[in-house]
Amino acid sequence: MTDLKHRILPTVQKPARYTGGEWGEIKKDLKDVRVRVAFCFPDTYEIGMSNLGMRILYGVMNGMEGVWCERVFAPWGDMEEAMRANHLPLWALESQQAVRDFDMIAFTIGYEMSYSNILNMLDLAGIPLHSKDRPGLHNIVFAGGVCAFNPEPLAAFVDFFSLGDGEDITVEIVSLYDRAKAEGWSKEAFLREAAKIPGVYVPGFYRHEYHEDGTLAAIIPLEGAPQTVTKRIVEDLDNAFFPTEMIVPSTQIVHDRANLEAFRGCIRGCRFCQAGFSCRPVRRKSPQVLYRQAVRTLEHSGDQEITVSSLSTSDYRGLKELTDQLIPYCAEQRINLSVPSLRADNFSRELMEKLQTVRKSGLTFAPEAGTQRLRDVINKNLTEDEILNTCAQAFSGGWSNVKLYFMLGLPTETDDDVLGIADLVYKVIRVWKEHASQRKKGLRIHVATAYFVPKPHTPFQWEKQITPQEYLRRCRLLKSHFYSRSIEYDYHSPDLSRLEAVFARGDRRLGPVIEAAVRNGARLDGWDEYFNYAKWYDAFRECGVDEDFYTVRGYDEGELLPWDTIDVGVSKEFLLRERRRAYQQMVTPDCRHGCAGCGANALLKEVACDA
Amino acid sequence: MPRALFEKTGNAVYISHLDLMRLLQRGFKRAGLPLTHSQGFNPRPSVSIALPLSLGVESRCELLDFQLEGTPVPNREIRDRLNEALPEGVRILEVYDNGRKLKELTLLESLVILEYDAGVPEDAAEKIRRLFSGGEVMAEKKGKKGPVQQNLIPMIRRLEIEACRDDTLVLSVLANCQDPALNPGQISSAISLYLPELRPDFVRYLRREIYDTNVDQFR
Repeated sequence: MTDLKHRILPTVQKPARYTGGEWGEIKKDLKDVRVRVAFCFPDTYEIGMSNLGMRILYGVMNGMEGVWCERVFAPWGDMEEAMRANHLPLWALESQQAVRDFDMIAFTIGYEMSYSNILNMLDLAGIPLHSKDRPGLHNIVFAGGVCAFNPEPLAAFVDFFSLGDGEDITVEIVSLYDRAKAEGWSKEAFLREAAKIPGVYVPGFYRHEYHEDGTLAAIIPLEGAPQTVTKRIVEDLDNAFFPTEMIVPSTQIVHDRANLEAFRGCIRGCRFCQAGFSCRPVRRKSPQVLYRQAVRTLEHSGDQEITVSSLSTSDYRGLKELTDQLIPYCAEQRINLSVPSLRADNFSRELMEKLQTVRKSGLTFAPEAGTQRLRDVINKNLTEDEILNTCAQAFSGGWSNVKLYFMLGLPTETDDDVLGIADLVYKVIRVWKEHASQRKKGLRIHVATAYFVPKPHTPFQWEKQITPQEYLRRCRLLKSHFYSRSIEYDYHSPDLSRLEAVFARGDRRLGPVIEAAVRNGARLDGWDEYFNYAKWYDAFRECGVDEDFYTVRGYDEGELLPWDTIDVGVSKEFLLRERRRAYQQMVTPDCRHGCAGCGANALLKEVACDA
Repeated sequence: MPRALFEKTGNAVYISHLDLMRLLQRGFKRAGLPLTHSQGFNPRPSVSIALPLSLGVESRCELLDFQLEGTPVPNREIRDRLNEALPEGVRILEVYDNGRKLKELTLLESLVILEYDAGVPEDAAEKIRRLFSGGEVMAEKKGKKGPVQQNLIPMIRRLEIEACRDDTLVLSVLANCQDPALNPGQISSAISLYLPELRPDFVRYLRREIYDTNVDQFR
């Protein structure tokens, strides 16, 4: 007889997401395993398996003797329905066993809109949502990823957070757990010891107090916890663990290709960008190591495409050396090499043309703002001339597709800035008319605007978000200035970005809101098919929490911020200085043209910042 | 063009046809067996599967045609190297040259495994045998332009009750697999439609063997 799970599988969409058994999956004999980790990605398989961080830590944990790390993803709605109808608890892919039987439940969180999935996955697993309702060492829940840099909205649910690069700290955490389990420690004893590991933040060891106006009055460390917790970094990426033997999904995922990380950190300093500040300092990998890892990864995976990724790949010093080696290898092996995140200002025609020998992709720019004035405010060091010159080169080389990404609602933005976007787009069209070598194909310009979300640990962390109504007015204003049939304009609905803004700078009072929203049915909020603001709206009302407090209010420079406990290496003084410069429309040159003194280099002990 | 006979079992039955093509292309690459590529703007490795298999169906008799470039490799070695490079559930049984023309592939033997949680109803075997010995059993099939009604009887060469255990009834069905093709799912939906008391709680399917029109094994 076929068991329940295998009766359900043929009835759901893309069942291969739930079975495991892919090439490269790691299985262990349970009799050799002392610590079982369920590594949960709070979104679907296709998204989670595209995440390089998860793949690295999967390799790190499974590299530990006595530890077996398995993967867990959020089920799609049809599967969730079947699981709930049949009382089938959430399982991990490798062993197909229930997540609630695991010692440690780890989450990697890269996006605020996956918070509902975290709670929903715990619920599907049959694990109590609240940290306080999980009294023992069993089912310890911890989390890392970019969102851990303001973990407060999740403080009631997650036992502790792991901050920064996970390669070393994860080993320390799991080893400590191994010892705690063997010696029969209490959960409190384990958390007290864990809090001593640099980079571990235990929210239960901090009490938050509020003023009457709702702003934070005090953060009081308890149990001898440190006043601030500093994120961890890996200094030497050449010798850090990198999984060249990766899992190859049997079903198509979002980034269905090999992925190579060229370096960490960013020299740019775009004032809105959280990754640009929170991933500092810059640490590079040598092109020799990258090339070796590329070849090994491709041989093991059989992938026909590889991408060189980073926050700004043109800023990788070894790019020429690496591509000089990789391009011929990929051409011979018929492997498509893609190098995204190339900047317009040093987008070399040479590299463009070399990459073209394999396959031709589109041209994408993210000027973010329509006028030079506003680009100076946000410190996006990209000029109109650079965009137009690159377009001219590309059009004469046969390209005919351009994507342009902007944000609306940036600090100091006026209608002139909004209409500056239309001006820039028309200039691109004019350049095409002058330079296009393949006119027959016609030009397609895809313009997209996003709703600016102020993020913690950036110079804009105090900024107001404009209201959804005002955002939509600016979208419509812009749309009314697009006449050409070559232009396709998309603007995101404001609801999702509004919610993202709430949680990005949220505090502990949002925990009940997430819980209520999940009870109302919120899940898979990153997906248009599922996102429904009404569920969140009701949750805010139920909990008596006002979204505007976190969005349009803005935060005072003197205000205690919920994420002040977390130190990502960049000093508050620097962020304030950058904010002042933004309002003075003063550009801060990239780190390679002079250190701006962000403070992140103090995290380095062995090497210097490689900006 | 060499041909591989392979099976798809276990968790691999949940891999869709298109995903399986990608999986095999990667498998060849991992095995160090470079495939020739199609011409054109977006060159694709040359692999093709004879009869696409529905999701969830197990098979012991899938055919894969492919073309390698470079130094010739003995067929046994191709088989072994591929098996070293493929995930669990996809197994190459044999690699050979001079496979027959696919248009001569006409018959497919499938098992339709009907599961009854409360035990196989009485007389089930007899009722099913009687149903399919008639002149007309209509069942729906998903066509390109929506569902179409098909009479199953002319497509069925042989239908037998292969086993009847406490809670499982196994039918073996030899039927057309090309122009027009019988989908084994139609057998169980016809049973549920004509004999509602025999509607199973779950059905599994397995492709067992392929034949030409004279019921000679097709390779």
